[in-house]
Amino acid sequence: MFDKIAAKYEQKRTAILPLLHIIQEKEGLISSEAEKNIAEYLDVPVVHVHEVVSFYHLFRQTPKGKYHFSICQTTACALLGSEGIIEHIKDRLGIKPGETTPDGKFSLSAVECLGACEIAPVMQGNKEYIGCLNKKKIDEIIDQNS
Amino acid sequence: MEKIVTRHMFQANTQNNFIGYLKDNGYQAARKALTQMTPVGVIDEIKRSNLRGLGGAGFGAGMKWSFIPQNNLKPKYLVVNGDEGEPGTFKDKYILEQDPHAVLEGIIITCYAVGSHKAYIYIRGEYTKSLHSMQNAVAEATKAGFLGHDIMGTGYDIDVVVHPGAGAYICGEETALLESLEGKKGFPRLKPPFPAVEGLFGCPTVINNVETISCVPAIINKGAEWYAKLGSEKNGGNRLFCVSGHVVNPGVYELAHGVTLREIIYDHAGGLPHGRKLKAVIPGGISAPVLTPDQIDVKMDFDSLKAIGSMAGSGGIIVMDDTTDMVWAAMIAARFFAHESCGQCTPCREGSGWVYRIIKRIYQGGAREHDLLNLPGIVNNIGGNTICAFGDAISMSVGSYVTKFRSEFEAKIKR
Repeated sequence: MFDKIAAKYEQKRTAILPLLHIIQEKEGLISSEAEKNIAEYLDVPVVHVHEVVSFYHLFRQTPKGKYHFSICQTTACALLGSEGIIEHIKDRLGIKPGETTPDGKFSLSAVECLGACEIAPVMQGNKEYIGCLNKKKIDEIIDQNS
Repeated sequence: MEKIVTRHMFQANTQNNFIGYLKDNGYQAARKALTQMTPVGVIDEIKRSNLRGLGGAGFGAGMKWSFIPQNNLKPKYLVVNGDEGEPGTFKDKYILEQDPHAVLEGIIITCYAVGSHKAYIYIRGEYTKSLHSMQNAVAEATKAGFLGHDIMGTGYDIDVVVHPGAGAYICGEETALLESLEGKKGFPRLKPPFPAVEGLFGCPTVINNVETISCVPAIINKGAEWYAKLGSEKNGGNRLFCVSGHVVNPGVYELAHGVTLREIIYDHAGGLPHGRKLKAVIPGGISAPVLTPDQIDVKMDFDSLKAIGSMAGSGGIIVMDDTTDMVWAAMIAARFFAHESCGQCTPCREGSGWVYRIIKRIYQGGAREHDLLNLPGIVNNIGGNTICAFGDAISMSVGSYVTKFRSEFEAKIKR
């Protein structure tokens, strides 16, 4: 699978982002073991891979919850109440942005603009965009995934 | 008004639109360009159409293409910027999801015009639907002979790669995007050299926004004069405006460049909800200086907005009603900039966080004596002192809140 993706690019090292996405999709995060493997595969120093992994917000090195809330907190969403949404999740789950519930079921991030301001306030629940958020929608998601 | 970019969009069956696209003269512009026009002829047509870069800079697309040196033996690349991340902007997502073949046909014509055989479409990592839609469209077009080897029997080869970003706003800046595409962290490059001379892998590269590229087939089909006439004097065609915040009908609107901000807010987006009054509006993404209600009769083209000290930017309009605390709004903007500064240049890396912390403590009631006095100096020392325009954006955007709503800042400090 790696070879098929890398073959599309002039230089193999260019395929680092799509390859990291595949690893994270499969393993839930990018471990230091995975960094080493990718470095070897792309023939680049491990520190280069680590630099890339830590630069891009979508890559994680710590596990997230089974259901991950990424709540947009930028202007359009903030104007329509994203702060209240984040507060409500904090109250319901007892976690702050950046944290995971002890049972590993939920985690929460406050993120910058997701590019879906027309359905603000918006979030990504795992990867799915869910818009026009309110407390009831959040409660339903929490109940379904508890 | 005749729709161009959105003519296939917002319909019931917009998913899987390959057959629909083919029925509506699909890929005929590409065929026309490759079989009846010279590359120079295509560039000339685009120049005369007054198509301007719709990602935010407004640079003439035909002019940009003409900068690609043709006496250079290096490969040439086309990079389509779909790393849509400017807060308030969500138009490219609709194009990528609902009319991906218009993007691909635009790519074919652009590649032919500049002599490129390889194009990359860089799409922000969060847009998984857009990524799937474009990948699917590339597969369809390749199977039908519109992409790949010897396209449409013309002997011309074009290979298109759909590339996912990974959540870094700065990668929408064209040289940061090139760094990212080369597999590195997205640090903007010093210019010159400009990408037209030394771009991807050090080779001549054209970088255009998704919307810009998707306008190209219609121009080739219907002619430069038709397109130029649709727009205003220096802006051909229409533009997609994204409206969000305190409006009744948020969404994407394809309108003429000469439309006023007042018309967009009140006629198209339905005005403000709950009978509230307008207090402020961002006219072109969060980087654009905020406007006050007395400024909304401005025409929404690049030059008119520049003339009143703001910018058309990415076409992202964020409306704020009279309940909005402008110190709070400034804090939200400052937090965004602090979060997305890539960290390469000291004034931006340090300054963005400093500005955020100051505005935050003014908002929270813990302001220090000289905070409001220091703020303009700090933001002015970021702008103009960094490699890319992100530093200028902090300076212009945050600076505009402090200048235009100074009394609200003062009231918070006195409290």
